[in-house]
Amino acid sequence: MKILVGIKRVVDYNVRVRVLNDGSGVDTDGVKMSVNPFDEIALEEALRIREAGNAEEVIVVSAGGDECQQQLRTGLAMGADRAIQIQTSEALQPLSLARALLKVIEREDPGLVILGKQAIDDDNSQTGQMLAALWDRPQATFASKMVLNGNSATVTREVDAGLETIEVDLPAVVTVDLRMNEPRFVKLPDIMKAKRKPLDVIPLAELGVAVEGNLNVHHFAPPPQRAKGIMVEDTAQLVQELKNRGLI
Amino acid sequence: MTEREIMEYDVIIVGAGPAGLSCAIRLKQKKPDLMVAVIEKSSEIGAHILSGAVIEPEPLDELLPGWRDNPPPICIPVERDEIWLLSQKGRRRLPTPPQQKNHGNYIVSLGAMCSWMANQAEALEVDIFPGYAAADIRFTEDGSVGGVIIGDMGVGRDGQPRDTYMQGIEIHAPVTILSEGVRGHLSKRLIKKFELDKDSDPQTYGIGMKELWRVQPGKSKPGLVQHTAGWPLDSHTYGGSFIYHLDKDRIAIGFVCGLDYQDPEFMPFEAFQQMKNHPMVHEMLEGGEILSSGARAIAEGGYQSLPRTEMPGALIIGDSAGTLNVPKIKGTHQAMRCGILAADHIAETSAVAGFDRKLRDSEVVRELYKVRNIRPAFYKGFWRGFIRAAIETVTAGKLPSTLSVHADDGALRKLEGYTPPDRKWVDRDLPPRDRLASVYFAATAHDEDQPVHLQILEPDICSTRCVEEYNNPCTRFCPAQVYEMVDSAEGRQLQINSANCVHCKTCDIKDPYQIINWVTPEGGSGPNYQNM
Amino acid sequence: MSNILIIAEHDGETLNASTAKCVSCAQAIGGEIDIAVLGDGIDAVASQAAALDSVRKVIAVNAGHLAAPLAANWAAEILNLAADYSHILGPSTTLGRDLMPRIAALAGVNQVSDIMEVNGPTSFKRPIYAGNAIVDVETADGAKVIATARIASWKAAGASGSAEIVQGAASGSAAGHTRYIGLESEGGERPDLQSASKVISGGRALGSEENFALIYSLADKIGAGVGASRAAVDAGYCANDMQVGQTGKIISPDLYIAFGISGAIQHVTGIKDAGTIVAVNKDSEAPIFEIADIGLTADLFSVIPELENLLG
Repeated sequence: MKILVGIKRVVDYNVRVRVLNDGSGVDTDGVKMSVNPFDEIALEEALRIREAGNAEEVIVVSAGGDECQQQLRTGLAMGADRAIQIQTSEALQPLSLARALLKVIEREDPGLVILGKQAIDDDNSQTGQMLAALWDRPQATFASKMVLNGNSATVTREVDAGLETIEVDLPAVVTVDLRMNEPRFVKLPDIMKAKRKPLDVIPLAELGVAVEGNLNVHHFAPPPQRAKGIMVEDTAQLVQELKNRGLI
Repeated sequence: MTEREIMEYDVIIVGAGPAGLSCAIRLKQKKPDLMVAVIEKSSEIGAHILSGAVIEPEPLDELLPGWRDNPPPICIPVERDEIWLLSQKGRRRLPTPPQQKNHGNYIVSLGAMCSWMANQAEALEVDIFPGYAAADIRFTEDGSVGGVIIGDMGVGRDGQPRDTYMQGIEIHAPVTILSEGVRGHLSKRLIKKFELDKDSDPQTYGIGMKELWRVQPGKSKPGLVQHTAGWPLDSHTYGGSFIYHLDKDRIAIGFVCGLDYQDPEFMPFEAFQQMKNHPMVHEMLEGGEILSSGARAIAEGGYQSLPRTEMPGALIIGDSAGTLNVPKIKGTHQAMRCGILAADHIAETSAVAGFDRKLRDSEVVRELYKVRNIRPAFYKGFWRGFIRAAIETVTAGKLPSTLSVHADDGALRKLEGYTPPDRKWVDRDLPPRDRLASVYFAATAHDEDQPVHLQILEPDICSTRCVEEYNNPCTRFCPAQVYEMVDSAEGRQLQINSANCVHCKTCDIKDPYQIINWVTPEGGSGPNYQNM
Repeated sequence: MSNILIIAEHDGETLNASTAKCVSCAQAIGGEIDIAVLGDGIDAVASQAAALDSVRKVIAVNAGHLAAPLAANWAAEILNLAADYSHILGPSTTLGRDLMPRIAALAGVNQVSDIMEVNGPTSFKRPIYAGNAIVDVETADGAKVIATARIASWKAAGASGSAEIVQGAASGSAAGHTRYIGLESEGGERPDLQSASKVISGGRALGSEENFALIYSLADKIGAGVGASRAAVDAGYCANDMQVGQTGKIISPDLYIAFGISGAIQHVTGIKDAGTIVAVNKDSEAPIFEIADIGLTADLFSVIPELENLLG
C-alpha cells in the first residue's frame, strides 16, 4: 500500500516567538523554519511501516509556496520516496487543506494517511479529523502506537484518562502524538540522494479547491501579563488564602 | 562498529562563517567543476555566529561585486563614530583614532550575512550541510589530513547508542579547510599535532558578550557606532564596549574583556551588565526588550600569535588561526580575505603547500603587522597601553620592536595575597537579571541525553586545589552558568550544566589548569542566534 | 439570538467537569444553552447535566453504537441534532479535540479551537504558538460556529439549575469501520503531571531523593500531581519525566505550588499559564516571587510539615 504523510513548514520550535508591534502577526523575519515536529514523527512511523514490509511507497505532501520544498526535501532525505507540493501562495485553513488532501488521496489511493496531531504554529488540531470526515473513513487521533493487522490497524491513543485502544479499517487517517516514536537523524548522503527524488508541484487550482475559509484571524497580541501577587507571612496565612480562593 | 559510510569531495570546509563561506564561493567561481562542501555544527547557518559587527566591505566587493544591489538583511551604512571614556557616572569623549574611523563601513548582523552568503554559495552549487558536526580528523596512511569524521548522533549520556543512533560518515577530501572560528576544537588539536605554533607566541583571547535590543522609538540612531573604555573595568583589565545602532529601533550592544584578566573573582558577564547601567547607556536601553543574547571568544594575539596555517592536507583560515585586527576590533574582512586567498591558492595549485607563505605576504598579515604592538602594550595597564598604542598608530607599526604576546591561562592571580581593585560597581536594574535569564535569549538547546561535551581532564582538581587557589573561577567566567559548585553527599562538587553552553570557548581558554577540553556536541546543538 | 448546543463529556456514569466549563464559555457567548449527552444508559449523566446553571434543555440520546465516544459515530449524530443551533461547543479535551473537527468538516466550516475569551457571539480569542501569541478569530456571518473551549480558561459553572431532559432518538447507526477496544487508566492514584489540576513541585533545595518524599506526601494529601525543577532532576532527586519547564513539560494546572524553586525563566516558561502560582522559598530575592500570585519567604522544611498539619 501507499502511505501519504502530510508535513507543514513551521517556525522552528526553538525560536522565541514574538508578536510584531503592530499586531499584524508574528515576527518571522530571518527566523528558522523547520518541519513541524509532529509531522516528523508521522513520517518516521510511515518509514518504519515501509521498512517492515507493510507498505511499498511513502509520499510526503505539503501545501504552501515554493519555500516548503525545503521541508519536502527534508522528508525525502529522511526516506520518503516521493514528494508532492500543493502549490498555494495563501495559507490554507484546515477545511480547505483537508479538501485539497482529499483530492490528492483520490489520485494516489493510499491505504494510510498519517499526519501530526497539530501544527505548532496554529495549534488547531483539525486537519486530520476533517480529512477523515470528508473521506468518510476512520480517524485515530493522538496515536502513540499503531499495529497493522492486514486490512485494519489497532491504534493506541493518548487520551486524558489514560490510553484508549481502537481498531480501524484501512484506509484510515491517523494523527500522531509525541510518544509514537523518536524520528531518525538524516544521514548526509541521503540529503544528496533526496535532491534526485521526484517532487511534483500541483497548483491548488488544478485540484479544484478554493482557498477561502470562514475564519478571519486578526490582531495578534502577546500573552496577558500576570497580575502582581501578594506575599503572606506564614503557613497559616497561606492556607487561608488558598481556601479563600477555593483552591483547596 | 560497522565501517563508516564515505562521501568524497575535492574540498571540505569545516565551519560556515565568513572565512569558510568566502573560500567556498571563491573556489566555485574559479573552478565551477570542483566538488566543494561546507559542514556546520549549528542547526542553521548563522545560528552560532555572534559578532558586533562593523565590517569593511572591500572583500565583499571583490567576492560578490553586485552585493550592494541585493545586500544582506541587516546592513546599515555607518554615519558617525564616537569613542567614550567612562567613569562610574560620567563620561568623556575621546578623539576617534584612525582605526575606528568607520566611514564607508557597514553595521551588519554577521549571522544574517553568513546566511545570505550561504544562499549565494548554494546557488554556485556548494553543498552546505548545517546540523552536522566535524568531530574528528580523518588521517590518511601517511599521516596527512584527509578529511573529517562527522560526529555520531543519537548517543546517550552514558555513551551508549540510543534508538536513534546514527553513525557519522567520513568525508574524504584531498584538501580540508578548518574555518571553525576562534579556538576551533579541531584546529586546536591539529596545531598541537603538527606543532604549528612552535615558532609563534601563544594565542591570547578576549570574551565578547552581546545583546540585541529593541529599544523605545527614537533611542536608536541608525548608523551611529559607539565604543567605550574605562569603567566598569579597572586599568589592568583590557576591554570595553561596543554600541551599534541599527534600524527598526534595534541596538546591538556588547562588551569585550581580555581573558588575561588577573582577578580570580572577576565575572565578565557582570562587567557587561554594569556597563549597560551606566547613565549614558541606561538611557538608551530603558523600556526596551532583549531580542537575543550570547557570547563568543575573540582572538587578540594578531601577528605574533599567528601559527603556521598549512599542514599536509589542510589549511587553517580566519579566526581559527587568529586574523582579527584588535584596535579595529574587526575580523570579518580579514577572515574573508583569508578565505579568498586560500581558494585562489587551491584553484591555482590544487594543493595546500605554499599557502602559508602567500598569507604572510598578503594584505591580511600586513594589516596585522601594523597593529601588532597595540594589544600587548596594554599588559602594563590602561594608560601606558594607551600611550604606546597612540605611538604605534602614528608610526603605523614601523618601529622595529615587537612586543611578545602571553597566554591567558597563566594570568589569573591566586586568591592568597591578591587584593582586587575597587570596581565601583552599582546596583543594576536592567534585564537580564542573571546569566540564566541571559542564556534564555540565546535559545541554546542541547538534547540532554547526550555525552557531556565539556571534558574535565583531571576532575579532582576542582574540589581541591582550585577551590583553594582560585575559588573555582569557571563558575564566574562562563557567561552561561554552565559550571556550578554544588553541595552533595560527597561534599562540594563540580556540576556541569552542559545544556546551557553557548559554544563561546572561554572555559577551554581561561581555565588556569587547562583541564577543560571543549569538544563538539551532537550536530544541531547549541545556540540559535537570530540576527546576531 | 444564539442557540448553543454543548456536547457533554462523560465516562458513562459521571459528567466530566469540562462540561461545566463549556457552560461558562457558552454563558459568555450568550443565548440559549442546551446540552447533548450521547451514550448508552446515560440518564444519570443527563441528570447531572440538567443541574448545571443556565441550561435550558438536556437532550439525552441513548443508543448502543453511541456507548463509546467514537468520533465516527458521534459526529453524524450531533450534526443531525444541531441542525437548528447556531453554535456547537465542545471541551478542548482529547474527546472534544477528536470529535469537534469531524463535525465541523461535515458542516462545511472551519472550527475555532481553544476559545480562551469571548468577544462576541462570533468573535473569540485563542492562543497560538503554544500560548506565545493570542489572536482574535471571527467566524463569517451566518456560518455555524463550531468550537472547543479551552478548559484552563473557564471556571466551572455552578450546579443549581434544573433543566428539562428530553430523550432524543438516535438517527444513525454505527460506522462499522471504527471499533472501540478499551481504556487503560493511568497507573497509580496520583494524577498525571501533564493534566493534573493541582501540581506541587520541588527544587534543588529539597537536597536529596529521600527528602522528595515530603513533596509526594503533601501532593497525595491534596490530590495533586508532582513535578520538579531541572536542577532537582539533574541532581538526581527525581525522574526526568517530572521536569517542568522549557525542556520538560509545559503545564497549566489551576494550582501550582513550587517549593525551593528559584524560578529561573526556563522553569517559569513551563508554568506561565497556571491558574494560581504559589511559591515557598527561603530567598526573598528569588525570581519566582516576581510571578507568584502568593509568595511565602520561609524554609520549605518548616512549611511543608505545617501544611500537612493544617490540612489535616
